[in-house]
Amino acid sequence: MSTLNPTEPRTSVPGPTALNITPRRRGKSRMDPTRNNTAAGIAAWLLALMFAVPVLWMILTSFHSETDAATNPPSIAAGLTLDAYKEFFGASSGVSPWPSLINSATASIFSTVLVLLLAIPAAYALSIRPVKKWTDVMFFFLSTKMMPVVAAVLPLYLFAKNAGALDNIWFLGLMYTSMNLPIAVWMMRSFLDEVPVEMLEAAQIDGAGLLLTLRKVVAPVAMPGIAATALICFIFSWNELLLARVLTGVVAGTAPVFLTGFVSSQGLFLAKVCAAAVVVSLPVLFAGFAAQDKLVQGLSLGAVK
Amino acid sequence: MTTATARVSRHGSTTAKPSRDAKARERALAWVRRAPLLPALIFLIIVTQLPFVVTLAISFMNWNSLSPETTGFAGFENYVQVLTDPYFLQAIVTTIVMTVSVVLASLLLGLGLALLLDKKFIGRGLARTLLIAPFLVVPVAAALIWKHAILNPVYGLINGTLTWIWSLFGSDTPPQTDLLSSAPLLAIIISLVWQWTPFMMLILLAGLQSRPMDTVEAAQMDGATPWAIFRHLTLPHLRQYLELGGLLGAIYIVQNFDAVFTLTSGGLGTANLPYAIYETFYYANEYGLASAAGVVVVIGTIIVATFALRTVFSLFKKEAAR
Repeated sequence: MSTLNPTEPRTSVPGPTALNITPRRRGKSRMDPTRNNTAAGIAAWLLALMFAVPVLWMILTSFHSETDAATNPPSIAAGLTLDAYKEFFGASSGVSPWPSLINSATASIFSTVLVLLLAIPAAYALSIRPVKKWTDVMFFFLSTKMMPVVAAVLPLYLFAKNAGALDNIWFLGLMYTSMNLPIAVWMMRSFLDEVPVEMLEAAQIDGAGLLLTLRKVVAPVAMPGIAATALICFIFSWNELLLARVLTGVVAGTAPVFLTGFVSSQGLFLAKVCAAAVVVSLPVLFAGFAAQDKLVQGLSLGAVK
Repeated sequence: MTTATARVSRHGSTTAKPSRDAKARERALAWVRRAPLLPALIFLIIVTQLPFVVTLAISFMNWNSLSPETTGFAGFENYVQVLTDPYFLQAIVTTIVMTVSVVLASLLLGLGLALLLDKKFIGRGLARTLLIAPFLVVPVAAALIWKHAILNPVYGLINGTLTWIWSLFGSDTPPQTDLLSSAPLLAIIISLVWQWTPFMMLILLAGLQSRPMDTVEAAQMDGATPWAIFRHLTLPHLRQYLELGGLLGAIYIVQNFDAVFTLTSGGLGTANLPYAIYETFYYANEYGLASAAGVVVVIGTIIVATFALRTVFSLFKKEAAR
């Protein structure tokens, strides 16, 4: 790579030493630890609140009545009510969001399990006992992710139509598997790479079999990574709209599809929209915060630790 | 190239003498190594590569499912139409404008936030959590919130806040905005920047925290100004992280469908290529034309992706070498 890191000594110092003395985390002896920090803290908090306002406003409005939700200026101090949630769950319309939520959960969980079943062995063959030219294989996986979904959606639609798989949640789950598999392989490879070579060698010398090595050496190190990969794949599947819109209908429609068809042109619906957005986003918020520690490594496909 | 050598050591001993027996065994061993990879590879080829080949084939056909009698070979007709039709040309421009502006704005904002969050202050963890939240709202839900709760010209939060501020000064004629009709593309861009800034911030913050502090301290000791340290030490170190964030963001934003679909339904010149293709095949039933547009997107993506792959890979090699 052409970028040279000017902070790393390039010549005359023996490589390994130079790498070893580079601290991974900042030292305690940072100069002037208090300078500017109050200002930076205030600025950071102001910006953080600005970014959070739409989310906080969504949550607050979801607990308002429809009349309080649609006022100008906004009625921040209006009384709280669960009416919007009751309405979202079909109190007066009789249209329940549960089928779509269950469809989303089915497609997301099914595809996540399948992704892990396919990605973990693949990552093993790319990291722990790598095949020759494993980098080419990695590139191939990633390149499939770079092909926009729209470029493949028509043939998938035609196939589904002719094979009777249209409006079938399991077929959508298969599509989500292919959507997430390349990312999952990259993530899992990065997590499996953290298994120390020495431990693998030691296990081999001690005559441990494949299963024992996997269970006692690989699994303990890779488990948090597997969990994070699963959570991120779940999020991507749960969020997906284009494929779901094209490939599903009344039976297998997912929560995002339900959301798009939910806004009516009549009457006040703002509180209901906010309640719907909160309910549909809750699983993602939980999954995201649960994966927070590994979120960066996962989302950057293992390039950033 | 520390990675390469580390990898080679994982290959174990393959230095057998080139006898026929050993060669056969080696080949068998290579297949044993490959076996765990095959299910994933085969699955991906079937589900992603085959459909694209079909798309490629359809792109050379006249095919409108509403008038099947006209189906036939079209040559490059569809491609000519994609590259001359104002609707598609507009979609190409919109896609580029949207992708570039969202990536740049969210990178800059993300950099600013990462620099702030890199400092110690009270409640840093909570501030970070608040900042991640926009990324964890389902995209369709986020677009709905922006459309109805924030940008709505009658009761949206922006106009509501303007009314409230003006009323504090005794004015009952506050300025009111209607971004969704006056600048719909800007409205989409703002909502996407809001969702993607946390992503950039996370990657850049990780980059900042991997910065070797001894050189920064040495520079401070030598009396370097904070700007000089940022310009000559921090920024060069962050360069690869900026590239990584930008390219990963670009991959996703080029493909954006949710925001365009929800906020404007592609109206008023906001249809990007994914939306235009969706409309062409889903509503207009022009299968050949939609496929040709799809192929054009793929070619464009390949050009960008070539750079993306290189960057992602170089950074990931460097991390592995630590």
